[in-house]
Amino acid sequence: MRVPKSLTSWFYVSPLLLVIIPFFVMPIIVVIAASFMQGDGFGGILPTFTWENYQGVFSEQLTWNLYVSTVKFTVLTWFFTLIIGFWIAYYLVFHIRSELLAMGLFLLCTVPFWTSNIIRMISWIPLLGQNGLVNMALVGSGVVKEPLKVLLFSDFSVVVAYVHQLTIFMIVPIFNSLARVDKRVVEAARDAGASRWDIMRRIILPLSRSGIALGSIFVISIVMGDFFVVKVMSGGNSASVVAALFENISVLQYPPAAAHAVVLMIVVVIMIGAILRTVDIRKEITQ
Amino acid sequence: MAGKAGNIELAGVCKSYGTFTAVEGINLKIPDGAYCCFLGPSGCGKTTILRMIAGHEDPTEGEILIGGENVVGLAPTQRRTAMMFQSYALFPHLSVRDNIAFPLRVRKASKEEIAKRTDAMMEKTRITELANRLPGQLSGGQQQRVALARAAITEPRVLLLDEPLSALDEQLRIQMRQELRRMQQELGITFIHVTHTQLEAIALADLVVVMEQGHIKQFGPAREIYATPKDRYVAEFVGGQNVIKCTVERVNGSSATLAAPNVKGIEIPLGGKRRIAEGDEVDIAVRRDDLKLHRPEKGGVGPGTTGISSRVRGVEYQGYFVKVMLDALGEQDFIAYIPEREFFGDPLTIGDVVVATWSAERSLLLA
Repeated sequence: MRVPKSLTSWFYVSPLLLVIIPFFVMPIIVVIAASFMQGDGFGGILPTFTWENYQGVFSEQLTWNLYVSTVKFTVLTWFFTLIIGFWIAYYLVFHIRSELLAMGLFLLCTVPFWTSNIIRMISWIPLLGQNGLVNMALVGSGVVKEPLKVLLFSDFSVVVAYVHQLTIFMIVPIFNSLARVDKRVVEAARDAGASRWDIMRRIILPLSRSGIALGSIFVISIVMGDFFVVKVMSGGNSASVVAALFENISVLQYPPAAAHAVVLMIVVVIMIGAILRTVDIRKEITQ
Repeated sequence: MAGKAGNIELAGVCKSYGTFTAVEGINLKIPDGAYCCFLGPSGCGKTTILRMIAGHEDPTEGEILIGGENVVGLAPTQRRTAMMFQSYALFPHLSVRDNIAFPLRVRKASKEEIAKRTDAMMEKTRITELANRLPGQLSGGQQQRVALARAAITEPRVLLLDEPLSALDEQLRIQMRQELRRMQQELGITFIHVTHTQLEAIALADLVVVMEQGHIKQFGPAREIYATPKDRYVAEFVGGQNVIKCTVERVNGSSATLAAPNVKGIEIPLGGKRRIAEGDEVDIAVRRDDLKLHRPEKGGVGPGTTGISSRVRGVEYQGYFVKVMLDALGEQDFIAYIPEREFFGDPLTIGDVVVATWSAERSLLLA
């Protein structure tokens, strides 16, 4: 029996479709639909079409503040994870000669992930708290007179926690793209008279673009979609877009929460789209 | 840079990595504008020497002089050398034009100068129509041209080529070989070319350096290396020779009579240099194309000629000649190259008994 070609291809993608359709496509459709409906105030949704939820989202000053704050955290986190992640990946690829040692150090970078997210965050408290290790050292050495309060439960500690958690998401793809850079290409650049800076700017950075783009997508989408770290590490002083959305859900206001979610999703999609426009990841990976 | 000339001198150059000695006691003079080939099997240290001349490695000991001045410790740019890497190491994200312009760009040349010189170089290497392609879209031969153009654009006084032809298939290799030679003559600079292929070295080089395990075995013009190898290693590596291990039976003034396990009465002329005595073990070389094969019934061996009776082990048709493998030396190769027409006048087949003869003055005493 001959099976038509189109049928076999559908057969190949069916496992993926079986996961994606019920667990990804359907929920998104439900959320989008809910964002255009009215709530009854008790967790129920009435099937009447309305723009009210979006009007609410865009008219509130709070929304704009939350986006400013979330984007601020995102940009700061992205910046620091990129610098640190690139640095570490570069060191592992170009300075560690033994491949075994490089892999060992690479695994070492994943050590923080051997414990849960909550424990990782809590462990910052004895370090950054008013009577924490850092403050004790600063006061003890006479750098400051009084313990610094901005270290914990502040924007600073939020960014520290994010960077701590997410740098690995930069390291992995950048490591991967740097590892594929032919060392002889670097040598050829040096032979051509390129300085270290020239080599970095003209050879290494362009060749690690796909890794940087992938890492950026991970970091940006995680920070944009996070509310837990902000909540815990800012001690309630800062919030994120998702935190507001979560508030809505906890008081059973599903349609406004859905509208918030859709707006956030569009913002993140635009951000990722912007990254993908500058770097053709598919082309760079298959090259 | 003071010296413009690209003559190179290596004086007592050694390079070791920890306890491993890659090259040792290298003394060599390469005149300006020469095409010099380093020939040897992989791991013999030829690439190490190349990289030391290029400035990518520093010698552990010794001096490297280019244009009469010591360049040890100087960067490649200061030495005015350029290297063409094995498998070319083109910048994969840059177009052909940008690849070639790269050395000028990092030297902060003006835009007009970069454009002018890049265009001229692409013209010279015949890749103008590929200017906007990426390296990944080029064939092996095209990539080689780009690599050559990138190396040559800074007008170096020495161009170093690390196995430049090994990534190409046979036909292209021969074609690009000519192209390398043409470029060298056009640029008029010193080329140093590392290879493990004897044919490549002999076809290209003014000077051939044969290396073994970190040492130079022989150094000289291609013909000298091929026709008068110094020792068994060079003779076997360069090829075209039958090497026979013999014992000296008699020394009679200007010649000697030697014997090999199955062969008696090998005559050999004695040059001035080497003194041999009766009972010495020596190696001699006889060129494969100096051998003549006769049927045993066709008379004896004339004076001044050596003959070995032997059985044909194999016959290989090579086009303009026929390679006949003989079993005179047991397991060791003993091969005759017979001109095609001559061979087919009286074709031999496997198992035939023949007498291989050569005139005594053609045989060569090896060190």
